[in-house]
Amino acid sequence: MKKLYSNKLTIILFILPALLLFLLILVAPIFISGYYSLYDMNGFGKKAFIGLENYGELFTSSSIGFVKALGNALLLALLSVAVQLPLALGLALLLGKGRKGERGFLSIYFMPVLISTVVIGQLWLKIYNPSYGLLNVVLRTLGLDSLTKIWLGNLHTALGAVFVPILWQYVGYHMLLMFAGIKSVPPEYREAAMIDGATEGQVNRYIVLPYIKPILKICTIFAVTGSLKSFDLIYVITNGTPLHATEVPSTLMISMLFLRNRYGMGSTIAFLLIILCFAFALIIGRIFKDKED
Amino acid sequence: MKLGDIFLNHNKKSSPQDESFQNKRIKGKEIWVYIIFGIWAIINLFPVYWMFTFSLKSNEEIFGTNVAGLPKEWLWSNYETAMGSGNMGKNFLNSTLIAIVTIAIVMLFSLMATFALTRFIWKGRKRMNNFFMLGLTIPIHAAIVPIYVTLSKMDLINSYLALIIPYAAFSLAMGILICTGFMQELPIDLDEAACIDGCSTWGIFFRIIVPLMKPAVATVSIYTFLQCWNELMFATIFISDSVHKTLPVAIQALSGTYATNWGPIGAALVLATFPTIIFYVFFSKKIQDSFIAGAIKG
Repeated sequence: MKKLYSNKLTIILFILPALLLFLLILVAPIFISGYYSLYDMNGFGKKAFIGLENYGELFTSSSIGFVKALGNALLLALLSVAVQLPLALGLALLLGKGRKGERGFLSIYFMPVLISTVVIGQLWLKIYNPSYGLLNVVLRTLGLDSLTKIWLGNLHTALGAVFVPILWQYVGYHMLLMFAGIKSVPPEYREAAMIDGATEGQVNRYIVLPYIKPILKICTIFAVTGSLKSFDLIYVITNGTPLHATEVPSTLMISMLFLRNRYGMGSTIAFLLIILCFAFALIIGRIFKDKED
Repeated sequence: MKLGDIFLNHNKKSSPQDESFQNKRIKGKEIWVYIIFGIWAIINLFPVYWMFTFSLKSNEEIFGTNVAGLPKEWLWSNYETAMGSGNMGKNFLNSTLIAIVTIAIVMLFSLMATFALTRFIWKGRKRMNNFFMLGLTIPIHAAIVPIYVTLSKMDLINSYLALIIPYAAFSLAMGILICTGFMQELPIDLDEAACIDGCSTWGIFFRIIVPLMKPAVATVSIYTFLQCWNELMFATIFISDSVHKTLPVAIQALSGTYATNWGPIGAALVLATFPTIIFYVFFSKKIQDSFIAGAIKG
């Protein structure tokens, strides 16, 4: 048996397909993106080494507007942590207490996560439609005509309008993870605290939250890196318009690649995004660790 | 992290204590909690309800007389329009085909890798496992340009493989993660018994391990299916001809064609959504577990 299970050749045969796929499609492209980012490339054979010029241009050129796009993504990250996660946590704490129908509500709240972002995006496009959209129709019916707007065409409202569906769609996801964490708190802990006279708020604060800290860390990492990477809903709803007001790094990357054929610049944005995601994941991990001590 | 097992099993041990102290606390406050639950449920369900209703309405109803109610006249012809001129049937098949092949690849590769990672004794298997787990955090952005350049060199743009290969690669880490959890629970005695009976390693794998991994197969398949079915970025970039378009890309195109005719778009949205919703109605617990399993280690 031991002999059977330490045969080097068999090990290699079993692990090789997965390893090859993994190395070729996930790992190698990171390095290739980093390499491309040092070149001026157009995808049709032109390829000239320019060092860090792409990076310089990205941060200084106002016509590309990367700084603004990155700012938008960071704002989304901030809103996710400040709005989406507390909302998810609140609902999870309320649901996790063992109320009747908790599974039903949980299932309803999780549903938007499963629906294709294209579908959600198209739906919200219709909701925001200036003439026939649900939002303006409701405002008009309530007699609030003055509040109706061209939500997605207005420089001041467009960004907020695309953020709402993004934040909305993933509340259920974070809530599900937190709910699972809360359900794993041993009931004895809860009960002991209750017997000692703790209120519901105190139980949540001193028993449940510390217990689910690993989950809170993961949710925070997902919320922040997810915001930095956000693409789908923005691409479907506004694709950066009006006047780059809703541009995020991913939409900028796509337009660099496929509208302007600037593969080097596109790779630069991709590479920066990867680094930012890893960096934020590390930083958030560190913050949560410090609090543990 | 051992927490994972606890989370996945939390439903099995609903304790009686929970209810005893819950009963004492039923007060007027509870009603408010349910009101909050109800409001949030409506916020989550309403867009979907609205989608179903406007997919069956005429423009007249959508744009004026009946914005949010049930359709007065059920216009099934919207679905015919979407299926016919939008070529949705073909796109639906494309998405299905891509999802099935991707699931098969992910399943086979991750079961094999997990077998080597959990059953075999070798130096560096822990490190190898950690290496695969990095895949959970690598954003797909990393792959776009290099894969696009490679695919165009190999003349694979606008083919099913252009999507299947990257989809499989990006679901692999999750596949291995989920399979590891399940495979570690299978007692090694099984392998030993099979070995004594003269099974080879491949025999043990295909005859003993794989048949016992059905729950893992279900969880991984669900996860992979949702990843492929809804994916947009790769699908937009790697596919431009209408023959290979997947549902999300087709809907994007359709919404341009029917910018002013909402009914058929609604129908297309419903067609793209209903397989997921039907799945979800029957397997909600399993689907939720597959998402939880991924996050615990992520």
